[in-house]
Amino acid sequence: MSSIAKLKVWRGTARDAGRWDTFEVPFEPGQSVLDGLRWIRIHCDPSLAMRFSCINANACKECMLQVDGETVYACTARLEPRHMTVTPLPNKKLFRDLVTEIAPPSERFK
Amino acid sequence: MTPEPITIATDVLVIGSGAAGMYAAIEAARGGAQVLLADRSLIGRGGATVMAQMTVAAALGEETPDSPQHHYDDTIAAGRGLCDEKLSQLLCEDAPDCIRELEHWGVGWARKDGHITATTAPGHDRPRCVYVDFINTGPAVSKTMRTVMARNAAIRKSGDLCVVDLMISGGECAGAVAYHLGSGAPVIIAAKATVLATGGLTRLYRRNSASANMGGDGYALALRAGATLIDMEFVQFFPIGHLAPRLIGMDPIMWDPFRYKLGGRLLNGRMEEFTSRYGSDEDGKYVLTRDLASYAIFKEVEAGRGSPHGGAYLSFTHCTPEALREAFGPVIDRLAANSIDLTRMAVEVAPIAHYHMGGVKADAGMATDVPGLYAAGEVVGGANGANRLSGNALTEAFVFGRRAGRSTAERAKRMARPSPRAQDAAAAVALIGAEAGAVQANAADLVARLQATMAEGVGPIRTGAKLQRALADIATLAAEHGERPAGRAAPFDLERLEWFDLRNMLVVAKSVAAAALARSESRGAHQREDFPAMLPQWKLHQSVRLADGALRIAGAPAGVAALAS
Repeated sequence: MSSIAKLKVWRGTARDAGRWDTFEVPFEPGQSVLDGLRWIRIHCDPSLAMRFSCINANACKECMLQVDGETVYACTARLEPRHMTVTPLPNKKLFRDLVTEIAPPSERFK
Repeated sequence: MTPEPITIATDVLVIGSGAAGMYAAIEAARGGAQVLLADRSLIGRGGATVMAQMTVAAALGEETPDSPQHHYDDTIAAGRGLCDEKLSQLLCEDAPDCIRELEHWGVGWARKDGHITATTAPGHDRPRCVYVDFINTGPAVSKTMRTVMARNAAIRKSGDLCVVDLMISGGECAGAVAYHLGSGAPVIIAAKATVLATGGLTRLYRRNSASANMGGDGYALALRAGATLIDMEFVQFFPIGHLAPRLIGMDPIMWDPFRYKLGGRLLNGRMEEFTSRYGSDEDGKYVLTRDLASYAIFKEVEAGRGSPHGGAYLSFTHCTPEALREAFGPVIDRLAANSIDLTRMAVEVAPIAHYHMGGVKADAGMATDVPGLYAAGEVVGGANGANRLSGNALTEAFVFGRRAGRSTAERAKRMARPSPRAQDAAAAVALIGAEAGAVQANAADLVARLQATMAEGVGPIRTGAKLQRALADIATLAAEHGERPAGRAAPFDLERLEWFDLRNMLVVAKSVAAAALARSESRGAHQREDFPAMLPQWKLHQSVRLADGALRIAGAPAGVAALAS
């Protein structure tokens, strides 16, 4: 039996003018939410914006976002075969989709 | 509508904020220069340093007598006759000093009985590899260097700044043209000296152990600026990258420290030890160098004796739960969360793209053959020849970074700030702001296909036919990629970013495959099934240059003397 994770992802460049896109991702046990988001970029929508660097090691700490309202690292949050809601961090400046300003002020482009 | 370029002037521009870039920035500032440290990701978070969980090779000799000469001898021997001697020498001689400087800055190297303690990694003749702890060395180093930079007003830092091309003015490198990911706006950076510290090219391969942003940017920037690359055919595969079961929150090279501490048994799909078939008996110890171990695993898989997912088993079932817990503490819990119990089961491992021995040709002052352009860290080619020893990667980041910082500060003192003409930046600025082509390929899919092509055709075990097929596939992908960027010049348009990534990845992939096709022998990380012997006449570096849009591969005599013996 093949199961599906349904990821409902917030999209947009302004908090008050966003939309929701729902993607169906083939689910395999052991996957992370980041695995699911990367699958979406390759197979459905390469314009989905997110931050990630180290992919799997939880070393770079760039993939912070919210899953079902809880702040997580996408690389360690488990993908599950159900509806999951993925949103950008609420308290940071939003760039696009799941990308927010998470760098310390002294390490930003000015 | 292209936004107006933002123009910045600095003495020294450093591209890439791993350990090499940060050390270069700190050292250039110490030499009196104003520095801009730019990274396409976040400062000190992308790249390979933060992923380096393990050890740094340096002949400190605190516990066991050692000298840089011994370290050098091991480095040269592992390099299979192809090390660039002057770079290997610099690497080994400056390493202890860098380790002590980092300690002074606050890196807490592990100590025993009052001395910095070292472990023996494969290929080293004695304990020489220092560490912070067995999983956190890179992050600890990165954090300390960020703190050092934070105290220094001469170093300006900018993450989310993606360099598109170096700026060449009057035959010299006068900085770079970048764009700010946060806005999509072009940024012209005029600099007296520029350091490439962009790391390696592991993103070219489907399974790799480094960050998603290691697509070989520095090699492509160097090529387009007219610099020379060497040894591009030598990609190191880490033999025991984690393969199965699926494991999250851990670096795929995580089994390395387990092997240092407990040995472990490498077994084929029939649960037999097999490395002795390839001339190397492990005998429960971790002694096999990376090129030999990768070769042995690939050959077992090819012979139909692989593990279910196409690798080998790594087993610690002979260890007691207590021994495992003592050696690895909380890592055991993380494994349990992934349903892995090492006392009862073997895991599957397989070679995984890990590091690039080849790279930008540089002299002992880290100058490339383009005036004003320097290189530091993994992006530099030659120091490790055809095969790198464990522990030498962070070492070269520190040593070459510091040396590049020094050289650029000296150059900055000698000259006035360049005033690049608008035409020097025009092509890159136009590309950054270009309207997308009518038909847009899915860049994320193209990246995935390039990774598959490289894994299948340009892995550690090669044939002329496979390499030719890979080159044809790369040409097809390049045609789909096209001349005009996908997406728009807008905040975090990942299609556009990935188009620029691919622009670099494709030329770098072609360099690796073409150099591998030309080298008709087997040596270190480059194994040709159609030319299985290592040949004395091939004891030379191949160089790669870009001229009139075409790659030119040429041979040159190696600088290796009899010191290896």
